[in-house]
Amino acid sequence: MTRLALFGGIYSNYRALEAALADVRRRGIDAAYCLGDLGAFGPYPDRIYPLLRAHRVQCIQGNYDNSLAGDLADCQCGYTDPRDNHFARISYSYTFKNTSEENKSWLGTLPMSLRIEIGGRRVLLCHGSPRKMNEFLWESTSPDSFLEYLLDESHADIVCATHTGIKWRRALSRNRHFINVGVLGRPENDGKTDVWYTVLAIGAGRVEVEFVPVPYDHQGLAADMRAEGLPGEFIETITTGWWTTCLEVLPHKERARGRY
Amino acid sequence: MNYPAIQLTHLDNLWFQASGTLCNIACTHCFNNSGPNVRTFGHLSLETVREEIETAARLGVKEIFFTGGEPFLHPGLLDMLVLSLEHAPTTVLTNGMLINDRHADRLAEIEPRARYSLEIRVSLDGYTEEMNDAIRGRGVFWQALAAVVRLSCRGLLPLVTMVRTWSDEEELSTLAAFARTLRDAGYTRPRIKVLPSLPLGRELERGSFNSTNTLLTEDMMQDYDRDLLMCSNSRLVTDRGVWVCPLLVEKADARLGATLHDARSTYELRHNACVTCYQYGTICGNVSSLIEGPANLADSRNGTAP
Repeated sequence: MTRLALFGGIYSNYRALEAALADVRRRGIDAAYCLGDLGAFGPYPDRIYPLLRAHRVQCIQGNYDNSLAGDLADCQCGYTDPRDNHFARISYSYTFKNTSEENKSWLGTLPMSLRIEIGGRRVLLCHGSPRKMNEFLWESTSPDSFLEYLLDESHADIVCATHTGIKWRRALSRNRHFINVGVLGRPENDGKTDVWYTVLAIGAGRVEVEFVPVPYDHQGLAADMRAEGLPGEFIETITTGWWTTCLEVLPHKERARGRY
Repeated sequence: MNYPAIQLTHLDNLWFQASGTLCNIACTHCFNNSGPNVRTFGHLSLETVREEIETAARLGVKEIFFTGGEPFLHPGLLDMLVLSLEHAPTTVLTNGMLINDRHADRLAEIEPRARYSLEIRVSLDGYTEEMNDAIRGRGVFWQALAAVVRLSCRGLLPLVTMVRTWSDEEELSTLAAFARTLRDAGYTRPRIKVLPSLPLGRELERGSFNSTNTLLTEDMMQDYDRDLLMCSNSRLVTDRGVWVCPLLVEKADARLGATLHDARSTYELRHNACVTCYQYGTICGNVSSLIEGPANLADSRNGTAP
């Protein structure tokens, strides 16, 4: 079996990235990829870049990366609620100010998606969906027939995306799969502080998906965020595992599972 | 004059005008003139709904919506919701007034059993009785609020929608006031969505729009992401055929065919309401979003396989 490590949004969480990379090394995984949104939310955005380069993580652009590279006025997160947008602005403005010009330019060189073929299986890595960088694909709002359509249109057997912040997977017809790989940037609104990445194993007609919890020094990250003057609402999410912002994009089922 | 023409890129959103234009109230801003005894459109049959959902599922539909009029006037609405949830996430748009304990109990049974999300969107147009009832009619405020509480105390989180009747400067304070009203009534985790008002129906008659002659031109479509327009991703099923979108249901040219299968043709944007959709994006969805940025991922590269 060929095994790939798939990281979703890192959101500047360099401590979780370090822990995930250590886990990837321990497992002897063949290659690592990041599906975009490298910066956002967390502290010291420049700290993740040397880690990604040292471990040869192949990256694609998320909406955040596209905005930073293109000198855009906002993060293209796709929020419409005024409170969500208020916090999105704080986060984007901090990340923009604290990302070096060199790293911003590098983000602009990244592709919008990646195609890999393993054992005859066509794998497509994208940020939001195969058709749109910032489309939200939640488990409770992505019907089977819609996912089949996306895979047909994108000529892929396995589509991997992130953007929503919550992992899930669906087996489709003809041994095809959709996988939302989760994110390393913040916990997934379940009251636990761990973050997640995904190991995709492909071989001999088999596709296996493992969601890997990543415990990390979240108190250290919270202290970093405090030192950088980031909003208390963001820090609360890191220390409690409950989302406090960006809530209005959640569909009913995902929203009902959270605290807020 | 040449109007911009929009193709159906993909059927993301399927709308059903479940109760037609029949409604138990007559709001002053209603964009399709619904009200008591307004029979421009009538009730849909469960059979039509079933057939069109099956067609839509074959086309890869993403979300299904039930609207009206007031959909809870239709005695078969809950069966329609169950059927719809077998195929796709489903939203019902209601004024809430007819959601009694029995309905709320059934909805609270249906939701956890469904694979996909059920969204109940309750309209409220003011955070006080005076503000809301001036638009929606006497007594509506307390009845709608009671429905919201009835649903929330059963673990459902209705999406309370309001049409923007305030200025941009008042936006944050108005939303905060709405949230406070809902919390005080007992809905502890209020979800709120703001809709733009539309230059259609009674709202137009009210005279709130002074530049109603604005139409879209090809120039305006340059560099514009056409995916934001409902006509590129939606269709509306009524008892009199299939329309291009929910907003244009009173426009004869917006009827595209007898069934969904026949109603996938290109549409020319020749109405003032198209400008509103153009300005605000797919406004009728739940996360109405003017999603900007690169529309497609044409820039796909080959990654290095291990």
